[in-house]
Amino acid sequence: MNESLLRELVPAVIGVLVRRGADFASAEDAVQEAMIRALETWSDEPPRDPKGWLVTVAWRRFLDATRAEASRRGRELAVEVEPPAGPVPATDDTLRLYFLCAHPTLPPGSAVALTLRAVGGLTTRQIAAAYLVPEATMAQRISRAKRRIAGLPLDQPGDLGTVLRVLYLVFNEGYGGDVDLAAEAIRLTRHLVALTDEPEVAGLLALMLLHHARRASRTGPGGRLVPLAEQDRSRWDTGLIAEGVTILQAALARDRLGEYQAQAAIAALHADARSTAETDWVQIVEWYDELLLLTDSPVVRLNRAVAVGEADGPRAGLAALAELKPDLPRYAAAAAYLHERAGHLEQAAELYAEASRAAMSVPERDHLTREAARVRQLLRS
Amino acid sequence: MKYLLLKHYRGGPAPVGDWVPMDRWTPAEVDAHMRYMRDFAARLEESGEFVDGQALAPEGAFVRYDGEGRPPVTDGPFAETKDLIAGWMIIDVESWDRAVELAGELSAAPGAGGAPIHEWLEVRPFLTELPTVTD
Repeated sequence: MNESLLRELVPAVIGVLVRRGADFASAEDAVQEAMIRALETWSDEPPRDPKGWLVTVAWRRFLDATRAEASRRGRELAVEVEPPAGPVPATDDTLRLYFLCAHPTLPPGSAVALTLRAVGGLTTRQIAAAYLVPEATMAQRISRAKRRIAGLPLDQPGDLGTVLRVLYLVFNEGYGGDVDLAAEAIRLTRHLVALTDEPEVAGLLALMLLHHARRASRTGPGGRLVPLAEQDRSRWDTGLIAEGVTILQAALARDRLGEYQAQAAIAALHADARSTAETDWVQIVEWYDELLLLTDSPVVRLNRAVAVGEADGPRAGLAALAELKPDLPRYAAAAAYLHERAGHLEQAAELYAEASRAAMSVPERDHLTREAARVRQLLRS
Repeated sequence: MKYLLLKHYRGGPAPVGDWVPMDRWTPAEVDAHMRYMRDFAARLEESGEFVDGQALAPEGAFVRYDGEGRPPVTDGPFAETKDLIAGWMIIDVESWDRAVELAGELSAAPGAGGAPIHEWLEVRPFLTELPTVTD
């Protein structure tokens, strides 16, 4: 049995413990311990009923912990020690767990960590490695998050918007340690699509698949960033693109547009083109307009200005950019690109250098430095 | 023994030779520099001497407490400061001499025209935990 199949069982097992009377925080701890035990022992001999095994081991852990706590406090055990007889109930509490772990009262970083552990079935060590923090720090972040939501019932509908944001954050984090967070986010979103009936959930899944499809072409040797225009499109995963487009079309047909569907539509138009020159930029600008109606975010305005530059020429793009505040992230990079296309090489070189100083990641910084150097070289020749 | 190799945007002893900002190198020179830095870190991982490496954005601020009930005072971005840290590498090596040798190699990264940049790097030993045997 491979690790990801094992991980898929985690939310259901937590649900079983909670239904038997365990509180969420203790149930989640007990299942995490059972999960670690399973990872250590199952490679030799996986049990015939993996879920039953996890329930049994986790329940025993839970009882041990509760007994220790009860005797420490001199109290009676509050839960029935003997689980009800018969097979494990088939009810799936997974959706409720998504809501609880991404509860709006939790800071996004904590919601991400808790979701990855309780819904994703990752170990604290894996999550810590993925986010480059010490394991003890991550363990603390998770237990504080659990204290914060202690007492909230598991059987209430939650805020789907925050769940989607958490999954989007996980996806955007990419890889870290031995866990592929983008793939994990896709797995969790797929599962959520099966549990809900909301076009925005499908929209988010489509968005992830369409971006994931380009992953191999996004970086060159040594982790160097390859911008969309220079990507080798023959390396895009056509299977993922087809799946993303199909899911998106079905979602759009339901006529309840949301920001993830609109972003996925833009990704789909890129995926559909053989080059940036052949891209349907007019339609992309229209989707950015839709997106603005939905979110009115300055970042969307910035991306829209770049798309306008492709659709109507760099001068139109610069005019759209002029309406925005220059302290926006990536403003200088967008301005550099549009000025270069407008033939203002001196300005473009200055702006690329400025953009590299404002970059928020090393690959971006290095890419923008290289762009500045490239334009300077054009100026010399 | 752990050492910090500190890279500065500004500050340190007078630079050797004419400093040409990176955006005025050729793209090939930029690539060669980045490849050198990457290979250097990879080599240290290989030899079991690499601990960590991080880069810092030039923007930021100084911050200090300003008394009960008042928000902290900030000063910056640092237009005025003489010294600005760009990033660091932490290495775990057998001796000070080895740390100096490695800093020297890092400082030989190629720059404009493919010549070593001779950049000054600050090398600082970490204070250690208290050893078990102290007497």
